[in-house]
Amino acid sequence: MAYERKFKIGKPILEVNNISLAFGGVKAITDTSFNVLEHEVRAIIGPNGAGKSSMLNCINGIYKPQKGTVSFRGKEIPNITPNIMAQMGLSRTFQNLALFKRMSVLDNILVGRKLHTKTNFIEVALQLPKVKKEEKANRDRSEEIINFLEIEDIKDTPVGKLPYGLQKKVELGRALATDSSIILLDEPMAGMNVEEKRDMCRFILKVNDELGTTMVLIEHDMGVVMDISDRVVVLDYGKVIGDGTPDEIMANQKVIDAYLGVEH
Amino acid sequence: MKPIFMTYTKKDLINLGVCMVLSLIIIPMFIKTEYWYTSILIPWLCLALATIGQQIVMGYTGQLALGAAGFMAAGAFAMFNLILRVPDLGFVGSLIVSGLIAAAFGILFGLPSLKVRGIYLMVATLASQFFIIWMIDKFGWFKNYDSSGIITAQDIVILGKPFTTPLAMYLVCLAVTTVLTLLAMNMARGSTGRNWMAVRDMDIAAESMGVSLLRTKVQAFAISAFYCGVAGALFAFCYLKSLEPVAFDIKLSFKILFMCILGGLGTINGAFIGAAFILLFPVLLNSVGNNVFHGAIDATIISSIEQVIFGLLMIVFMIYEPLGMAKLWETFKQNIKSKLPSLNMKSLKSSKVKKPKK
Repeated sequence: MAYERKFKIGKPILEVNNISLAFGGVKAITDTSFNVLEHEVRAIIGPNGAGKSSMLNCINGIYKPQKGTVSFRGKEIPNITPNIMAQMGLSRTFQNLALFKRMSVLDNILVGRKLHTKTNFIEVALQLPKVKKEEKANRDRSEEIINFLEIEDIKDTPVGKLPYGLQKKVELGRALATDSSIILLDEPMAGMNVEEKRDMCRFILKVNDELGTTMVLIEHDMGVVMDISDRVVVLDYGKVIGDGTPDEIMANQKVIDAYLGVEH
Repeated sequence: MKPIFMTYTKKDLINLGVCMVLSLIIIPMFIKTEYWYTSILIPWLCLALATIGQQIVMGYTGQLALGAAGFMAAGAFAMFNLILRVPDLGFVGSLIVSGLIAAAFGILFGLPSLKVRGIYLMVATLASQFFIIWMIDKFGWFKNYDSSGIITAQDIVILGKPFTTPLAMYLVCLAVTTVLTLLAMNMARGSTGRNWMAVRDMDIAAESMGVSLLRTKVQAFAISAFYCGVAGALFAFCYLKSLEPVAFDIKLSFKILFMCILGGLGTINGAFIGAAFILLFPVLLNSVGNNVFHGAIDATIISSIEQVIFGLLMIVFMIYEPLGMAKLWETFKQNIKSKLPSLNMKSLKSSKVKKPKK
């Protein structure tokens, strides 16, 4: 049975052109280019230290690459900051969990609604009717996301007290709350057991399927990557050594060498 | 619990009601000695207000700032000059404008927070403390060229009525504090407060969600300085009844910092608890010294003991309860609730209903 996608894979939404990033003398990324198509699930894989997280940090504006550009929907973005990217509709999660630890799950997800909050602090202090309306809309959307991720029972718990797997879920929820068109996931399944991984995959695919959100994920579990992604890019020592569908990647000799090691 | 009025739940409204009855009816009815108003209640309200300011920038936004007394001085002297030079503004108008002037200083001295953090920021914000006091001392205009160094504060007149008795001044402080506390709670519970806390807990993630670090930090500094400025004006006009820059020295900044930490970082009620503790504790020690030991202990020793105990408490709280007395109070309330059987009836009933389902 041929599977019919609600959101057909379209034009490139994000293009990374010839990015080079070095920390002092250490080259993290060298002249790397790839693109991400709208509505696809794109995986970035590679051995440890290959520059995957650095890549996401360049796209997101946390690191400033020495060379190269990032284009979003065909437009080159000159001064990338996390804030500008968020406003353009790009959201992300972090490798080492970057949640707001002392805030509840619901509050964490509500922060994701920031760009849908237009009222200023004076209006909030006075609790004008439009503030209440906006707050209710944001809360309703956050509750929807909480229900979707099946974390209703912990929504009032401070995030710092939750186990790792649940925190990863909350982080995904926070990224979803922004209603972004593209989400970068930095190792969304690291440290999870098989069951949790399966859940996470289900959520990622469901979001992609139902909302058409473009997903870019870094992952180490090859089985997972090959199962859920449409296209894969492989980095090694900061360079692209393979780019294509999972089947093409599995047949790529360079990739096999990088993962299994090869005698020189 | 669902909010029933604005952002307040039923519990909040009951708490507010209890506080209002206590402060508006019980206290004026039963406390007749002036000492309580002039030396305890009025400074308590003023310092609690300044502590709320400190809470906003430190407890909620996580920016280590140490210059609350500087902003209080700015507010107090702005108030003096406004009443002197722009009498048409009236007391309430002057109070708001002096808060805004302090907020302008807050924005100026909050800017370093964009580049430096932690202990370095604390040192940078000390500049506000010294600069504002220096400025007031240096330029005679701020003190209306008064050579004595201590200026008597003008009488408080609201809508043509003088507020000069201790009780009246207490009511003025109470009204201002209540309004500003409610506004602070609205902000802290709403989207504004969430942005502050997001910046406090993980600034990179906050930025990635579209929270502007520049706007949020500067906003917190401005609001904090506004609260400190208003508190400073009240402190000078209702408590000290005089204006001198020395009253707003670094010691006061530290006092407010202690109130903030002991009360509980990131809580509004902690500001009141912390302020009450730091104000009342020396009074308690003194009365113990006088009544139990009948003056056998020297007053200087008592004040040293006070410092030692504050220092110890700071360390103990930092280690065992970083969330301060407000958190202790919460835990205490929960313990009481779980021990009172009548309050537990509801939960028992609901659990009984659920059981047959399984």
